[in-house]
Amino acid sequence: MENYWHSVNLDITKCNGCTNCLKRCPTEAIRLRNGKAEIINERCIDCGECIRVCPYHAKRALTDELSDMKYYKYNVALVSIPIYGQFHLNKEINKIFNSFYNLGFDEVYDVAKAADYLSIALKDRLENKEQDGPLISTLCPAIIRLIQIRFPSLIDRIIKLETPMEIAARLAKREAMEKTGLSMDEIGTFYITECPAKITSIKNPVGIRKSYVDRAISIESVYSKILKLYPDVEIRKQIQNSSSIGIGWAKANGQSYSIKAKNYLAVDGVENVIEVLEGMELGKLNDVDFFEGYACVNGCIGGPLTMENSFIAKARIRRISEEIGESQFEAIDKAKALEIINLEMKDWIDDIKPKNVMKLDSDIRVAINKMDMIEQIYKQLPGIDCGTCGAPSCRALAEDIVRGEASIDDCIIRKGQEAKK
Amino acid sequence: MAETEKTIKLEYEVGKEEFSKAGIASSNIKKVLNQIGIDSTIVRRVAIAAYESEINIVIHSEGGKIIAEISHDRIIIVAHDKGKGIENIENAMTKGFSTASNEAREMGFGAGMGLPNMKRTSDQFSIESSKGSDTIVEMIFNI
Ligand code: SF4
Ligand code: SF4
Repeated sequence: MENYWHSVNLDITKCNGCTNCLKRCPTEAIRLRNGKAEIINERCIDCGECIRVCPYHAKRALTDELSDMKYYKYNVALVSIPIYGQFHLNKEINKIFNSFYNLGFDEVYDVAKAADYLSIALKDRLENKEQDGPLISTLCPAIIRLIQIRFPSLIDRIIKLETPMEIAARLAKREAMEKTGLSMDEIGTFYITECPAKITSIKNPVGIRKSYVDRAISIESVYSKILKLYPDVEIRKQIQNSSSIGIGWAKANGQSYSIKAKNYLAVDGVENVIEVLEGMELGKLNDVDFFEGYACVNGCIGGPLTMENSFIAKARIRRISEEIGESQFEAIDKAKALEIINLEMKDWIDDIKPKNVMKLDSDIRVAINKMDMIEQIYKQLPGIDCGTCGAPSCRALAEDIVRGEASIDDCIIRKGQEAKK
Repeated sequence: MAETEKTIKLEYEVGKEEFSKAGIASSNIKKVLNQIGIDSTIVRRVAIAAYESEINIVIHSEGGKIIAEISHDRIIIVAHDKGKGIENIENAMTKGFSTASNEAREMGFGAGMGLPNMKRTSDQFSIESSKGSDTIVEMIFNI
């Protein structure tokens, strides 16, 4: 298997070998080997579950640094939508956006504006939908990867539409090129991210060959800097220019609300999403038109790299949205916005393909033999899924043994029982 | 050669009126088929047929089992239930015909699409039943 780069990884010095993360991983990507956790890269969907549950903060997301601005002549901060819920309401949101100038950026972009445009394109896609049953949103890259790995038969339901991050990067880059006369490579676009899965999708994009986002910096890492700078920030410009429609994309339901969908289903939390996708695959949801699924509870405002509790952030976003209203959205020339998005979609040239990382063998006969061996070995295991062998379940250990990555002696319960005999 | 070809047999008990458990067998079968590397469109057809079988057993019978037999060139799903049997197979095979209880219908099951769906998704379909005896549905999917 080719070496797959992804964002979530482990700080081995902090890992204590507890089994907290092992069972929470939705794709069974974690194993304990020699007392330390290990991530099977190809299986990881970057949902961030393991970051959330690790009591020792040994799991982290690989991100870039503010100092990486030195590689470019002109730097643009693409501020992700969850920023709207991160600060106390006594902080003015446009001033927060302006504080990115103080951090050293030359320009700042409100990503929610791209979501405003995308709401128009999404509505268009649903109005022209050709198949029965739900179309699936592309917003959460962790869910797209989950579908590639566990629900390949649902791939053809995924709507081909870029994310607000990618659209914002394109628009911002073009604007900056026009303004400065610099070339594409001289302008650095920095996504201020809530999400490790989005960092992965910058380096390993789906559908397109190369992302227009150059770097990603977590909200977490700039948060306290912004709070410190805040009192002295001068307003240079009205950067906040999106409507409550685009801002709503930060939370579960936001996309459905933006297109005023009637038969929609919005599901957050990776376990819940898995349950619903199982049902969708069995044909249970054919009366639904649109499905938005989020790995994080409450949607992207619950992203692993945010600071604020997602329920508090959600309440704030509701307040801010009421204040900002929909007038900015009404003012958008809908036909033109659709044209812009459709033009950007020309780069989407590759189909989304299944990722057969769970497959036992490329030859069906061999795979069937291996499956049979798994069944045989599984019968010899105690079936209590204790995790002490380093695999998340007895079944997973049986699979690992057949894949040649573990031994039946790793099961200490069975060893104990054998010894007693 | 034939005797060296392995077949995997999976068996799942399905209880009478256990609505909350319907779907477990089909989800498991689906997972196994994905791991073996069966094409996803076939996996989906098998999963739908297995799920409809589970629902049928839950609604109409005194309980039964789902058996999946997987070999390199085909998948066989057998739904075997004990109980009332089917009085008139031709009626049961008609779209929209249903003898489901009100309770089942209120839960969104028993729209009379079960058997026709199972027939539609499979490559070969056979059903054996008479009033008061067991019902055995066999569906074959070519790989
Ligand atoms: S990020 Fe998610 S998929 Fe990746 S190892 Fe952690 S829990 Fe598993
Ligand atoms: S819900 Fe949002 S923040 Fe969480 S993984 Fe998905 S895209 Fe990232």
